[in-house]
Amino acid sequence: MSCSEVIEVPTAMEIFKLLPKKNCGECKFPTCLAFAMQLANQKAKLEDCPYVSDQAKATLAASAAPPIRLVKIGTGSNAIEVGDETELYRHEKKFFHPTAYALIISDSSSDDEIKAKVEKAHSLRFERVGQLLKMDMIGIKNDSGNAERFAAVAEKVSKMTDLPMILVSDKPDAMKLAASKIAAKVPLLHGANLSNAEAMAAVAKETKCPLVVYEDTSLNQLADLVAKVKTAGVEDIVLDFGAKTLKDLIEKSTIIRKISVKKIFRGLGYPIFVYAGEGERAILRGLISTMKYGSIVAFDDIDPATALPLYVLRQNIYTDPQVPIQVKPDLYAINNPNEKSPLLFTTNFSLTYFTVVGDIEKSKIPVWLQVIDTEGLSVMTAFAAGKLTPEMVAKALEASGAKNKSKRGEIIIPGMVARMSSKLQELTGLKVIVGPKESSGLPKLLKSLE
Amino acid sequence: MVEVPIPKEKWTGKIGTTIIGATAEDGGTRGKKVVIGGETGMPFLSFEGSIVNRPAIAGEVIDTLRDYPLLARKAFGDAVEDPVQWSKAWVEKYGVDLICLKLQSTNPEEENKSPQEAAETVRKVLAAVPVPLVVYGCGHEEKDAKTMEAVSNIGAKERLLLGHAEESAYKSIAAASMANNHALIAFSNLDINLAKQINILLTDFGVKKENIVADPLMASLGMGLEYSYSVNERIRLAALMGDSMLQVPMVCDTTIAWKAREATEENDKLGDVDVRAAWWEATTALAALVSGADMLIMRSPKAVEIVKKALHELLGGD
Repeated sequence: MSCSEVIEVPTAMEIFKLLPKKNCGECKFPTCLAFAMQLANQKAKLEDCPYVSDQAKATLAASAAPPIRLVKIGTGSNAIEVGDETELYRHEKKFFHPTAYALIISDSSSDDEIKAKVEKAHSLRFERVGQLLKMDMIGIKNDSGNAERFAAVAEKVSKMTDLPMILVSDKPDAMKLAASKIAAKVPLLHGANLSNAEAMAAVAKETKCPLVVYEDTSLNQLADLVAKVKTAGVEDIVLDFGAKTLKDLIEKSTIIRKISVKKIFRGLGYPIFVYAGEGERAILRGLISTMKYGSIVAFDDIDPATALPLYVLRQNIYTDPQVPIQVKPDLYAINNPNEKSPLLFTTNFSLTYFTVVGDIEKSKIPVWLQVIDTEGLSVMTAFAAGKLTPEMVAKALEASGAKNKSKRGEIIIPGMVARMSSKLQELTGLKVIVGPKESSGLPKLLKSLE
Repeated sequence: MVEVPIPKEKWTGKIGTTIIGATAEDGGTRGKKVVIGGETGMPFLSFEGSIVNRPAIAGEVIDTLRDYPLLARKAFGDAVEDPVQWSKAWVEKYGVDLICLKLQSTNPEEENKSPQEAAETVRKVLAAVPVPLVVYGCGHEEKDAKTMEAVSNIGAKERLLLGHAEESAYKSIAAASMANNHALIAFSNLDINLAKQINILLTDFGVKKENIVADPLMASLGMGLEYSYSVNERIRLAALMGDSMLQVPMVCDTTIAWKAREATEENDKLGDVDVRAAWWEATTALAALVSGADMLIMRSPKAVEIVKKALHELLGGD
């Protein structure tokens, strides 16, 4: 393989070198250089040049492709899309396609065990700030070494779940049999390695399924194998570099992401798959991969107590930095309030909401908390932007029936918006108590009201 | 074979180092000092720059159990009743690098212990354990000014790390740190500009940069972690790109994770609460480390154990 695999974002001069330099003008630009400049600015199409060579076409097409290929696994509403990332750090724009988590089932398990594991995968889901956090995929691993058993289990599980599937076997005949049974569900095939690459690529091509390329000795070897699989006609590729330690995991994932998005090297521009296994080491792999560029993480087992922090980390990291997480505007009952319990309000910016709820819970005093829709802005920002007005608060209290839930005839307002006191009092008929500027002062205020 | 390039950044900046604790040769009594910072690249990328100093872990000890969750006590039993026993448990059983002593009992609206009583606690802990100390007041500005002065004097030769200075209140604690050459935590509220601002204020006031550790406020998993993660990353990137006023080590207090309801609520559907709480804090801590923390202040020994395993591997162990 030549160094033509290493392609920077082409400049006008680099494009110019690939053009025929006839200055024929048939592209509607006077010279090839003028045309190259338009191409570099994406204001012209290469097809407009009738004399451009195939090699130049291929080179330029490769540099126009997304830095990390988008790979789809599964079908329907549960289908997974991974890859197509453009950033190294989430604050630069955002991370687009959240890490998908998979639970792997051994085909040596009994039918009861298999059923239980599918149910476990389905039960590992939590509703959180309006989002469903869940196990995204189910994998079948060919531990039995038997092709018929592998295919039978794959088919059986595919009928038990709507989740996208992964088939794990290094035996091309077993993979071929299993993949052909469930090809309509577009499973991810794991995968091709140094010794089976040709046959596995043929299976992937025939079944039109995405293929994991596995190679753990070095990224150089991995890139070679990827090129081989690609030459065999497989486009939807996922990488598994078989990380041995967390250091290996974070470093190689970073190298792959960086050389791809910076277009220093194009041969590894694919999503990353991590086989995490089970136990504490597996969770650590999942956590690191979620922060640092992993697209699919497979577990042999995971419990709710560790799955929840992992899922929440993913939710946090993949939040669009420009769009804060919002909680549903509503009246929330905290610490089992009754009609003698005080009424408070705050905004629907998740950070504000969680802080306020945390402090109320700490006080152990029952409270009704009205959350106002401020489009995810914090108290001060919303107030300054006119998105937290006494009219809006009055309207929200009316809509939620808050005045019938807390019958104290009072409302505690954030100290930052003390200025709305009299207007709010006038609109609601409630006595306004100005609360602390920081929610950490709430327990003290609430205790004083008891 | 294809040669995959290693994308090594050519950073012009470097994170400074801060020493906490003084051994006999510096006139102190610590068994070992803790050195943090010194990175020349983004976290845990050995190809960008060697990690000279392993991130340090401080075990949290509070001198009142007023707001301390029952769930967290399990690991220590009765030791939490006494800061000395609690500190010893951290060091002897759980192998932390430092103790972080929070003198919350000095709060004038609660127990209102005197600065002298608080300083006496510091003295006892110093005598009981050989590790360096981080010491916080109660967060009440006027009281902390007096408490930290007394603390500074009683640990005069020990090179404590004092917490914390913030934009609205930094002079008295900066003075307390300068009086006896203690290190100082510069706190800012989730904002890279404020993080820089407090460092400028402190250095203008006369605090040496090598005595500053930045606390950009670590938010808990599920409660704004993503803000902290990105602020930390931006601070580290700016420092490496040459912004000298951000080139100080970073401390993250992950005990905040215990404020997240999901971490500590009894709910069978969410799995074992002890395991969940520990992982909630460990996850918060891991996010802090990956985004640039040089030092963690932690509550759960189980979370400390998890983070130590992660650090071992991240720094090249098997």
